[in-house]
Amino acid sequence: MGPNGSGKSTLAQVLAGNPSYQVTQGTVTYDGQNLLELDPEVRAQNGIFLAFQYPVEIPGVSNAYFLRSAYNEIRKAKGMEEVDPLEFLDLVEEKLKLVDMDESMLSRSVNQGFSGGEKKRNEIFQMAVLAPRLAILDETDSGLDIDALRIVAQGVNTLRSPENATIVVTHYQRLLNYIVPDFVHVLSNGRIVKSGGKELALELEEKGYDWLQNVDAGAGAAA
Amino acid sequence: MSDVATRKGFRDNAALGNNGANSVNTRALSPIEAYRANFRHQPAGPEWLQSLRAQGMDRFEALGFPTTKNEDWHFTSVAPIAERMFHVARTSEAGISSEGSTAGIVARADLERFTFGQPAWHTLVFVNGEFSPDLSSCAGAGEKVRVNSLAKAVRSGIGRPERHLGKIAAFNRHAFTALNTAFIQDGALVELQADAVVDQPIHLIFVSEGEGEAVSHPRNLIVAAQNSRATIIESYVSIRDNCYFTNAVTEISLGEGARVDHYKIQRESEKAFHVGTTQIRQERDSQLHSFSFAVGGSLARTNIYTSLAGAAASCTLNGLYLADGVQHIDNQTVIEHIAPNCPSHEVYKGVLDGRSHGVFNGKVYVHPEAQKTDGKQSNNNLLLSPTARVDTKPQLEIFADDVKCTHGATVGRLDEVAMFYLNSRGIGRETARILLTYAFAADVLETIELQSMKEELEKMVLSRFAGSGT
Repeated sequence: MGPNGSGKSTLAQVLAGNPSYQVTQGTVTYDGQNLLELDPEVRAQNGIFLAFQYPVEIPGVSNAYFLRSAYNEIRKAKGMEEVDPLEFLDLVEEKLKLVDMDESMLSRSVNQGFSGGEKKRNEIFQMAVLAPRLAILDETDSGLDIDALRIVAQGVNTLRSPENATIVVTHYQRLLNYIVPDFVHVLSNGRIVKSGGKELALELEEKGYDWLQNVDAGAGAAA
Repeated sequence: MSDVATRKGFRDNAALGNNGANSVNTRALSPIEAYRANFRHQPAGPEWLQSLRAQGMDRFEALGFPTTKNEDWHFTSVAPIAERMFHVARTSEAGISSEGSTAGIVARADLERFTFGQPAWHTLVFVNGEFSPDLSSCAGAGEKVRVNSLAKAVRSGIGRPERHLGKIAAFNRHAFTALNTAFIQDGALVELQADAVVDQPIHLIFVSEGEGEAVSHPRNLIVAAQNSRATIIESYVSIRDNCYFTNAVTEISLGEGARVDHYKIQRESEKAFHVGTTQIRQERDSQLHSFSFAVGGSLARTNIYTSLAGAAASCTLNGLYLADGVQHIDNQTVIEHIAPNCPSHEVYKGVLDGRSHGVFNGKVYVHPEAQKTDGKQSNNNLLLSPTARVDTKPQLEIFADDVKCTHGATVGRLDEVAMFYLNSRGIGRETARILLTYAFAADVLETIELQSMKEELEKMVLSRFAGSGT
């Protein structure tokens, strides 16, 4: 969590490997590897997934083709066989239900003409299919009405397991009513200024981010 | 235009006797003189044809090859064509006076990759511009339909092509059309009587094959009487990677309520030169659906010119051009709104890689009488390399006051945000590049109604993008 401009989205983009961000110092260790040395697609193949704050529209590429390509690239990287379109369809049917989307979305172009809510649900749908070990949800709650928020949260909760981790980036406590966090870290000016349990989010909601301006940053290393 | 006088001068000073080809010293000839020499030695035809050819030759000499000072050729220099001495490609010496025999030059198997796997289509094959009955299968198009070789029609007088030939294609204004007219030998003649409907597409395949730098001038005529309907495909191909010149002209007359879907598939050798003009005249309520696909040639120019001459006639002119290496691919369209209430829609897309150069020049001309014109035109280009280039010139000239016309052009590179989105899902840069490029091109292919054609072109586009690196 953190106020506007505190670096939450920057952190999310850097973890996913967005080439528009240059890391000038520090390291990110993931599974014993220096994550910063890996290309974004290799990170994804190693189980990192970023749910975009602003999912990208790609006219001319169907969701089915896009997601099957991604799925197969990840399988290939793991030395597994690729799946054909029919197998893939079987596989995604259930995941579509999870986010309350219709099969017809598969033949539509990626995010093109999708409402804000549909785009976010599509992100969670992709996450469900690709089954990452570390998912980063960048402001997935922004622009969502309460029903869409519930669907998204339910999706995230269903996918939660001891084998994976999720970083949820948000600046409202609202989402955390649906997705209960194990830890809350508060970012300010690019540093973690406070860490705690789920009750920290409630405290922030009550006292506002101003409250933290006076709090001395403790051990502010990145997770 | 300034070079007209000098070019004409060549003709008077020509070191040409009337003693035949054997005495001609080619080194002393300018290329235009060489065309004149070849013109004199082509097989004779009926008087009307001789006269039409002579008009074409005279006009070509008067116009000369266009230079980049000519507005229509501003971005394309035809010097590589103008400076070369092409000899007239011939498969049989007798030409128009007898049935050509192409046996041994091109085999049926050579053509498989150009036929879209469609044995049911009516296929006419032309080798070096000359009809090859052995390679063609065009029987059973229907009672009200006649599909023929133009040379045969001229010989036998069937269908009286003289009623339309040279009446639609403006050889008085366009040098290459004039040159083609001077050398009319063969091509396809498709006649649809009133209400005729041809279920299967008619596929005209022009194969250039042989040694040396040869030129062929295919000339096609499609006459669609009222309410008739057909799909015509013109493919320009070569089996080997030869240097040659194709200078093709197709004239299409669309009667009242007629509809023709016209596909031009330009897949010439990457060493070849191609200039192809399709000129159409549309009567009331007629529909033209044109798709131009251009991937071949070292220097290629495709002109699609249509005149909406009757009220409520409509046209869709779509196209896709893909260039790589040092290819130069130019597309020019002219839509003349002469009559009122005519819609015209046009989308051309280009993908340029390597050091290639793409050109789009689209003119929509709305005459004073053409009220309620609805014109939409767009041209979008994707540059895949820093050295690729495109010149785009959408033009609107409106002389009526109650019209709705829009046009626009874009030139862009691959979207880095979309690239990162794909990468972040595990898709590597190379695959993502193919996917995004394909997506850019595919949406104009979506407009193709002929499903089998659409799928084949999609495959062709995909394999082309998959084969080239950045």
